[in-house]
Amino acid sequence: MSNTIIEIKDLKRDFQVGEETVHALRGVSFSVQEGEFVTIMGTSGSGKSTLLNLLGCLDTPTDGEYFLDRKPVAKMSKNERAIYRNRKIGFVFQSYNLLPKTTALENVELPLLYNSEYSAAQRKEKAKKALIDVSLEDRMLHKSQQMSGGQQQRVAIARALVNDPVMILADEATGNLDSRTSYEILTLMQELHSKGRTIIFVTHNPEISEFSSRNIVLRDGRIIEDKLNENIKSAKQMLDSLPKED
Amino acid sequence: MNLNNLISIALRALMNNKMRGFLTMLGIIIGVSSVIIMLAIGEGSKQSITGEISDMGSNMIMIQPNFNREGVSKGSSAMESLKIKDYKDIEMECQYLSGVSPYVTASGQLIYGSNNHPIRVEGGNEDYLDIRKYKIQDGVGFSESDIKNSAKVCIVGKTVVEKLFTNGEDPIGKIIRYNSIPFQIIGVLKSKGSSTFGQDQDDVLLAPYTTVQKRIVAIDHLHAIFASSLSEEYSTRAMNEITDVLKRNHKSEEGKEPDFYVESQEQILDQIKTITTFITTLLGSIAGISLLVGGIGIMNIMYVSVTERTKEIGLRMSVGARGRDILAQFLVEAIILSITGGLIGILFGSGVSFIIRLASGWAVTVSTFSVLLSFAVCTITGIFFGWYPAKKAANLDPIEAIRYE
Repeated sequence: MSNTIIEIKDLKRDFQVGEETVHALRGVSFSVQEGEFVTIMGTSGSGKSTLLNLLGCLDTPTDGEYFLDRKPVAKMSKNERAIYRNRKIGFVFQSYNLLPKTTALENVELPLLYNSEYSAAQRKEKAKKALIDVSLEDRMLHKSQQMSGGQQQRVAIARALVNDPVMILADEATGNLDSRTSYEILTLMQELHSKGRTIIFVTHNPEISEFSSRNIVLRDGRIIEDKLNENIKSAKQMLDSLPKED
Repeated sequence: MNLNNLISIALRALMNNKMRGFLTMLGIIIGVSSVIIMLAIGEGSKQSITGEISDMGSNMIMIQPNFNREGVSKGSSAMESLKIKDYKDIEMECQYLSGVSPYVTASGQLIYGSNNHPIRVEGGNEDYLDIRKYKIQDGVGFSESDIKNSAKVCIVGKTVVEKLFTNGEDPIGKIIRYNSIPFQIIGVLKSKGSSTFGQDQDDVLLAPYTTVQKRIVAIDHLHAIFASSLSEEYSTRAMNEITDVLKRNHKSEEGKEPDFYVESQEQILDQIKTITTFITTLLGSIAGISLLVGGIGIMNIMYVSVTERTKEIGLRMSVGARGRDILAQFLVEAIILSITGGLIGILFGSGVSFIIRLASGWAVTVSTFSVLLSFAVCTITGIFFGWYPAKKAANLDPIEAIRYE
């Protein structure tokens, strides 16, 4: 019954560095079903950033196939990939990447500006709804530099949700945050997961995998481990167990 | 992406950097306003000079001795080449003329009571007033017998009246002395005001040419002959007739420069138009250079802006902006800067032109042409100088841009 969101077959990516060819990905295959919360782990140089770029339609593979929402992406042109990024993927970055001097609402509206199907009123409506989903209803008109790191990352998540993507692609999304705020963001991710969202979380931090439903580990451009997590920890419980702040 | 979104994105980006935007625009503002002001001054002086020359009589023809033939000054005898016979023959034989007048002039001192005033007397016949577009305000013009009898009568301009009749007397009928010769005033000229060159056109004294010739300078030649053609379109034919008569009278050899030259007001007008057009072009080009510098300023800022906003561009691309969306955004930013700058420049330039007009009295005119020209140049500047930085932004690799620090 479940719907396949990602299907990749023998994905390879080589880079030419001077005379040498670097094999960043040496044949990776897996698929992700709708509603999964997958962490992709690996140390630096394992190929996880390369995989992230490919999954995010920012890059094209040297060889292999990639179906996103059952459409082949590997051979798409630059512009087609841009449209696909706009409609199918919600990015969350480590350093939030909000527009400076711009309100939360305007930041969340951004992806919809590149989709002419939405009117200005519809944009605003959807952006407000996304901000409510991440509990920032009272911060809508705050500018990015007036918010804390955790709040900025929530705005970024709202921006990722606003175009109803088939998956949220997070790149070290808790990397810049302290542990309390990290648990808050993970709690939000788990909430979204429980509502049926598909989440791919790329990280080098093994702790994060305890909160996801599945964990894929990369090393030297190959998958060395891919297993379901039977015992998912609750980020909310971790948050509650932390000593209360004054 | 539609145009509305594009403009709102570009405006937001510009509003985030108001001071920089303004400084960038300043180049364009100065460029455009100087183009407008320079062209307005050029155009204005052209209009007032040509207007004035037409006022002097656009169908006027001047015949003067050519004492500078073949690049050599021929001495005083060459200045005496025009005779009474030449005038009489022109009057008799030329059919395209509405009037001909000899011209003899001298300078001297006018005295009335205890007032005196230095002046140049112009001697002509009864046609002279019409040819030179002088109009009588009070009194009468010269009669045929005044000319015939070398009558000691004169017509004066307003300035002369003001200088001599300081207690407000009626000048008509009064006797004034020119170099101790008594002249009776028979008419006062209508005021013409001062010329563009600052010359007072009311500071004149007219007398019969016979009087000036015999009683003042004691010569038998003429300093010049003035004529007017029936209308402007006959002036070339009239000039040819005059030239034929004079060549015959002066036994001019074919292929050699004659000892006189015939010039129409129209030719002078053309020459002056050429000069003023040249000046206007020159002023406009200099101002155009400042506009160019302003354009390069825009390119510079947009270029810096692309580097500075690499990460923003990467983000926009990751949420679905295509290369052409980024190109359009930066291009629209450049165009908004240059057009806004251009509009402010047009307003500022027109304002300054208006002030110059009030302060100097020149006919400074802002033409629609110069406004359209500046506006077009601004838009083109925006597109031209915005293109390269925008293209650079559009070609960024989103993977590298998003991780740019």
